[in-house]
Amino acid sequence: MIEVEHLVKSYGTNLALDDVSFSVGEREILGLLGPNGAGKSTAMNIMTGYLSANAGTVRIDGIDILEHPGEAKKRIGFLPETPPLYGDMRVEEYLRFVYELKQCTYNRDAHLEEVCRVTRLYDARRRIIKNLSTGYRQRLGIAQALVGNPKVLILDEPTVGLDPKQIIEVRNLIRTLGREHTVILSSHILSEVQAVCDRVVILDNGKVLCDEKTNSISRAVQQNTRIRVRVCGPQKEVLEALRAVPQVSSAMATGERERDSFSYFVESAPGTDVRKGVFFAMAQREWPIVGMEEEGYSLEDVFLKLTETGDLSGTGKKRRK
Amino acid sequence: MLAIYKREMHAYFTTPAGYIFMAIFLCAAGFLFSLTTLQEQSSDVSMYFQLLMLAYIVLIPLLTMRSFAEEKRNKTEQLLLTAPVSLWSMVLAKFLAAFTLFLGTVAVSSLFFVTLGMYAEPNWGRVLGCTVGMILIGICFIAIGMFLSSLTENQFTAAITTIGVLCGLVMLAMLNGFLNSYVLRQILNWISIYSRYSNFTMGIFDFSSAVYYLSMCAVFLFLTKRVYEKRRFA
Repeated sequence: MIEVEHLVKSYGTNLALDDVSFSVGEREILGLLGPNGAGKSTAMNIMTGYLSANAGTVRIDGIDILEHPGEAKKRIGFLPETPPLYGDMRVEEYLRFVYELKQCTYNRDAHLEEVCRVTRLYDARRRIIKNLSTGYRQRLGIAQALVGNPKVLILDEPTVGLDPKQIIEVRNLIRTLGREHTVILSSHILSEVQAVCDRVVILDNGKVLCDEKTNSISRAVQQNTRIRVRVCGPQKEVLEALRAVPQVSSAMATGERERDSFSYFVESAPGTDVRKGVFFAMAQREWPIVGMEEEGYSLEDVFLKLTETGDLSGTGKKRRK
Repeated sequence: MLAIYKREMHAYFTTPAGYIFMAIFLCAAGFLFSLTTLQEQSSDVSMYFQLLMLAYIVLIPLLTMRSFAEEKRNKTEQLLLTAPVSLWSMVLAKFLAAFTLFLGTVAVSSLFFVTLGMYAEPNWGRVLGCTVGMILIGICFIAIGMFLSSLTENQFTAAITTIGVLCGLVMLAMLNGFLNSYVLRQILNWISIYSRYSNFTMGIFDFSSAVYYLSMCAVFLFLTKRVYEKRRFA
């Protein structure tokens, strides 16, 4: 549905995108992940025809955005970083304006009502935009992108500035939209991408670090097992004792302290369980364990590993260009 | 294009911008009109139009300052630029909206001449010629104001630079008196917005001047479009 090939974009001497390529299939939700300044917004702005690239092509539904901008843009709904809202208009006036701007040919009122229903804006449709809360603005931004029922939705940081309840709402909304649309969303929140997307492209410094299914990333990382234990006892000696437990590959203090107990991360070889071993080792020295839990890797860890080394070391996954 | 035009007109009348422009325009025009005709007991309107042109220097920026600057500041231009609408339609729609409001205000201010006609016998040819001339100058100024508005994201910067540029353009004619070279004077006369206006004040429809004003307008609208094109590639 979307093919991005060898995009290069520089602002002066600063290379924002360096040979970025990826593609998104029909009805797939793709997460563009990266720290601030990685080139996510630039990539999205190029895909929507707002900026143009120094080199490379973008095809939406087989249509080149530079050669036939009108046709390509009709297939895209775009939510920029800041929702493009006119403060002086009412919600329904604004949506009508967007409807006319996109030259849609549906039954206008029915279509806009449907958009309001999906984004739960119906109660706010008579309100003036400048008085809306951030959550409503963000939803109106998404509604604006949905007008005209475009095949492709490009959402730049759709949950930024929302409270936790709204974040969950917007994520659910995006997941629902993904059933009928191709969605690309950008985020620097890794759990969000993990929760919503089918596939993740990780960008850093304008380069694609990794392009994988969300599941395979999580699985790759889960091969390593990690537990968190809280033990009452002298930190240095506890660490030594933990490291001496069979099959433990590493142990380190987390830096958390609660009265006389400290927390530790204990990692072990893939497919092993060291919890019993840790228990007996501590029991032998009479250091009570006051807490122990399994700790999976989050995408945060993957991300840090990737950006530090450019490689998912130890997980068997190679960096892809 | 129609959508953007409607949205612009909507913005003029749901924010103070349109009302402020109309109010100040009509106040200034009314004041100048009573000063030059009623107070002077004269039915000659050419002085009124000459002073009105000076008032345009401040009035037109009120109309054009927000057109592109505000879109840029609120990031709403991203919506327009990623919609299936060409740059030309965006620029033209905004220009036509400003022109509509301007024309409407000029039409209202033309009621002054009805009053004048009730008490005197003005030279109607001259009134008509001057009005047409002023509308053409207005078109030209609007295009310049829009171009300068597209260069900045601050409305006031846009307004002040527009006032400066329009001032300069009108003042060009006054430089004439200080120049000795005949060739330079001729060139200056040819460029000057002010000198080109003089035929209209005699009730003559000067075709070449009309073409001049319209092409000035076209050039600045084209430059505005180029600003957006260039920014895409920058």
